[in-house]
Amino acid sequence: MSWDQVPGHGLGGHLKTADGHLSYGAEAQPRMGFFTDTSVCIGCKACEVACKEWNLVPEDGFTWTGNSFDNTGELSASTWRHVAFIERSVRDGDGIDQWLMSSDVCKHCTHAACLDVCPTGAIFRTEFGTVVIQDEVCNGCGYCIPACPFGVISRRERDQGVEHGLAAHDGGAHKCTLCYDRLQDGMEPACAKACPTDSIQFGPLDELVATARERCEHLVESGVESARLYGDDPDDGIGGFGAFFLLLDDPEVYGLPPDPVVTTRNLGQIWGAAAAAAGLVGATIVGAIALAR
Amino acid sequence: MTEARSYYGQPILKEPVWKPEIAWYFFTGGLSGAASGLAAAARLSGNDLLARRALLVAAGASAVNPLLLIKDLGRPERFLNMLRVFKVTSPMSVGSWLVAGHGATTGLAATLDVLGLCPRLRTTAGVASGLLGLGMSTYTGALVADTSIPVWHDARRELPFAFGSGAAATAGAAAAIATPARAARPARALALAGAVAEVAALKAMERRLGALVGEPYHQGASGRYAKLAKGLTLAGGALLAVGGRKRPGAILGGSLLLASGAFERWAIFKAGSASARDPKYTVVPQRARIEARASR
Repeated sequence: MSWDQVPGHGLGGHLKTADGHLSYGAEAQPRMGFFTDTSVCIGCKACEVACKEWNLVPEDGFTWTGNSFDNTGELSASTWRHVAFIERSVRDGDGIDQWLMSSDVCKHCTHAACLDVCPTGAIFRTEFGTVVIQDEVCNGCGYCIPACPFGVISRRERDQGVEHGLAAHDGGAHKCTLCYDRLQDGMEPACAKACPTDSIQFGPLDELVATARERCEHLVESGVESARLYGDDPDDGIGGFGAFFLLLDDPEVYGLPPDPVVTTRNLGQIWGAAAAAAGLVGATIVGAIALAR
Repeated sequence: MTEARSYYGQPILKEPVWKPEIAWYFFTGGLSGAASGLAAAARLSGNDLLARRALLVAAGASAVNPLLLIKDLGRPERFLNMLRVFKVTSPMSVGSWLVAGHGATTGLAATLDVLGLCPRLRTTAGVASGLLGLGMSTYTGALVADTSIPVWHDARRELPFAFGSGAAATAGAAAAIATPARAARPARALALAGAVAEVAALKAMERRLGALVGEPYHQGASGRYAKLAKGLTLAGGALLAVGGRKRPGAILGGSLLLASGAFERWAIFKAGSASARDPKYTVVPQRARIEARASR
């Protein structure tokens, strides 16, 4: 079974192609996304702040990780943009002479595991090709959390933030919506709007990919040989990212998986094994009854 | 093997947020499913005593199932949202319908059996509950396999067999405890066959995972639980095989097998967390995949 045929019934919410939409018909918009060019990120965290403000994302601990200037640590239900900081000594090993900074975000996968495994239909594909959780429908089952190959999603536990009177601590799963409300009003997402260096670029995905390839080529030609795109390939394990990156080192250095694959690609094997095993249990029961009277 | 690079050693994946209720549900769900299968087969073969007792075991466990599931939800009041769609891409969605259907048919069959009403409807409901029970016994393996957790996803072909055979072993054990020995021979046979199949399935899983990805089954809490489960399976199986025809042997051997089933579910549950926590389980196999592609 070819895996992009698995959700052909429309239940999986997969995009048929990188720029087409399954079920919106005339309402379908061009697929929108992010290109995060980490080579010009200055680590200002304006994206984190703008996201929190616009989306009313609650406070998730005023902590200090001690890992360079990182104080949010990872993407989570209450951190939808996370700026990673890597300090290194690459030349003579004496003092820090290279900084890698990167604003991570939900990848809005072409084949989104979170959407596929969501048992309530709370996670859906928007007319912009993005992946959004409906807070009114999510029942906090938590299945999307280990399904995501990037560890983007988590749950806001109910007891957190109660002292602040935050209704947002609802026990549900949360993640970046690519500012669905702003997109519907023709505006760009808050993080992209706030980014002072255009490290975060927003636009139609096909245009962004063309821009990114040009930028990457330019960087490599001018001597930054470590520059590479991450997530621009529609033939990768998740069919290409709706939010992709230009990185200056291997993805795992930034806390990203080097070769992510959507878990439902192997759905045929999974259900095949479950059906065969159920048959075996049935046969064992019948055998036990027949042979051990 | 080179050391995996990472972002300050932080996890790439998120650990499951499921509470202990889910590990217990893996146990009770499988137990109730296979027990209702045993009850249905016993009914059709004319062993009414075994059918009654196995059905009561199934009904008891299946009454607990939804309670465990609801208790685990972040928003328990929205349990019914599980039933607003049916998605084959979500084993949890399929499972919710299975739990609902299995609970209803098992409850109906057990109630009619106890009250001695409508024997034909009772048998029909019992057979339906038995068939749905087969799904109950293995879908939880599909549920954990359909995630990005390496120790679960990489074992996707073996996990449903491990869950199913464990369900058969525990259902047989529970029925052997609950049924007078003279009618319980098929239950004992099921318990033993399930135990043997479970050992084989776990062995196959270990071989598939290899030393690195399978590491959580050999260290930490998951490693301890796995070891304990294996020991209990061997002891309980041996006891049931040798002394199962007498009441004390059936009760003791059956109890050991039940404990083994619970520990095995806990081992698998905990292994998932450990597998998500260390980025090397994600990075090393993915790097190897990239290198294999490059050298092709």
